[in-house]
Amino acid sequence: MTQNDTAKLPAFRPVGDRALLLTYSDTTSHDVSDAIVAADRCICAAAPKGLCEVIPALVNLLVVFDPLETDHDQIEADLRTLLSGMTAVTNSGTLRAVDVCFDPAVAPDLAAVAAARGMTEEAFRTAFLAGTFTVRMYGFAPGYAYMSGVPEAIQVPRKPAAVRDVPAGSVIFAGNQCLVTTLTMPTGWSIIGHSPTQILSSRSERPFLLDVGDRVEFHQIGAASLAVAKEARHD
Amino acid sequence: MTDAVLRVIHAGPLVTIQDLGRAGLMRFGVPASGAMDRFSHGAALAALGLDRDAPAVEVSMGGLSLECRSGTVSFALCGGDFTFDHDGTRLPSWTVRTLHAGQTLRVQPGRSGNWATLAFAGALDTACWLGHAATHSTSGLGGGPLTAGQILHVKDAHSTPEREGEIATSEALIHPQQRLDVPVVIGPQEAQFTAAARHTFETETFRVSPAFDRMGLRLEGPLLDLEDALSIPSEPAMRGSIQVAGDGVATVLMADHQTTGGYPKIATVPLAWTDLLAQARPGTRIKFKPVTPAGAIASTKQIESQRRDALAQISIPRGTFAQRLMRANLISGVTAGIDELT
Repeated sequence: MTQNDTAKLPAFRPVGDRALLLTYSDTTSHDVSDAIVAADRCICAAAPKGLCEVIPALVNLLVVFDPLETDHDQIEADLRTLLSGMTAVTNSGTLRAVDVCFDPAVAPDLAAVAAARGMTEEAFRTAFLAGTFTVRMYGFAPGYAYMSGVPEAIQVPRKPAAVRDVPAGSVIFAGNQCLVTTLTMPTGWSIIGHSPTQILSSRSERPFLLDVGDRVEFHQIGAASLAVAKEARHD
Repeated sequence: MTDAVLRVIHAGPLVTIQDLGRAGLMRFGVPASGAMDRFSHGAALAALGLDRDAPAVEVSMGGLSLECRSGTVSFALCGGDFTFDHDGTRLPSWTVRTLHAGQTLRVQPGRSGNWATLAFAGALDTACWLGHAATHSTSGLGGGPLTAGQILHVKDAHSTPEREGEIATSEALIHPQQRLDVPVVIGPQEAQFTAAARHTFETETFRVSPAFDRMGLRLEGPLLDLEDALSIPSEPAMRGSIQVAGDGVATVLMADHQTTGGYPKIATVPLAWTDLLAQARPGTRIKFKPVTPAGAIASTKQIESQRRDALAQISIPRGTFAQRLMRANLISGVTAGIDELT
């Protein structure tokens, strides 16, 4: 994000009796995502009167407030002041390491997607591991952190039909998006590996490993390491 | 005080442990969950003199049967017009009674309402997730769904004879009418709809369909055409968002909603109204009345104030049967005296 972009304020829309939707663009881009991350951090840090929570997404963020403490006009004025005074920031999201095992037993779609892109499985794995991913949004289910940054050379569209009962910990992707599942759920995305890294841990001080804006690097582990790491998990 | 031990004989689908929800985690994909009808939940706890955010059992249309294995524990059932059979005595919801070892309790839906809260005098021992017992129904995280054979422990179980009997509350707070006029703030994605669809939404009548769960309430009625087939990027959603899928069918998002999604939202229901909508039986007619954001807040403030007053009243013990009898005798004694003088 450049200095000039910080002056650009989002469009404000009232939502129900207790929220404002701050929209930066109609379409997704890295710059839009970075502006949302910066606004999210600024609003959460300043915590204007009546703020309940902020939900960042791909082109906008929802600011939820307590209507018994403030109202749409007041919090919009507070947010305009805050965001106008925001200094330029580049996305300095924390770099997080997430382990991934590509063993065929836990990567049922890897051979097919590599073949679809005309590359060997080895070349696919190397390309995937070289990607720098950025958490753009949570959604669908608790702990589902949508990351962008799948290298163009390995992108494939979602499958025509969803597969049921995909185990938690599956590393799945479609298009330029990728995520590590936290629950057993159906998915139409390709399953290319398994991660023992706890994106969601009910016992830890910080239950969610990733925040929106964080950058993620995947590190390859073998099947034996996966088994050991899974044994040590705290769910 | 000792623990009461309860065994689940039967639990219908979507009978879960709930509290008032874990707010503040939507940024991590976690909706608040919590009671579908938060007023009834608070009322059941208040009627037993307990914290209104404490865990209790949310009973669905599928009903619930329990037996008390050991201990003695008072309970309150609030929500809609459910009924319960307590060891052979059939009573309506909005009642406090005491369950003794060996007795059974069977909760069933009645003439109105889809959800009831069954609270126990004591601390319901339940699993917590991220600080709350509220169950997220699609994952089962939290206190979880109840299943046949399950044992429930109520710690520090006690009886509250001074609270037994009918729980007085206002009809307007608990019984949705056959036709609900629901205030909505239009948007935020109303621009995705045709002008005709927007007009239809604001003027036509919709009905609650049988397709409802803890995630949302599908509506029957005229279809709402989208301006074009292009989907919007995933945007945040909240309890009360009215989202419209590609088939033109509107759904009001409820307690276990997805926190982001690619379906445009034509309007948003003020949060307090979602509790009334949750209790609306399939077939209930709904008319959406556009209001300004300030109008929506005014409606919320009015409802919240009524609920606060009602819960304060409900939380006051009415006295034991003997105490109530004495009060009644005193009053009739006084009126008898007046009669003699005239």
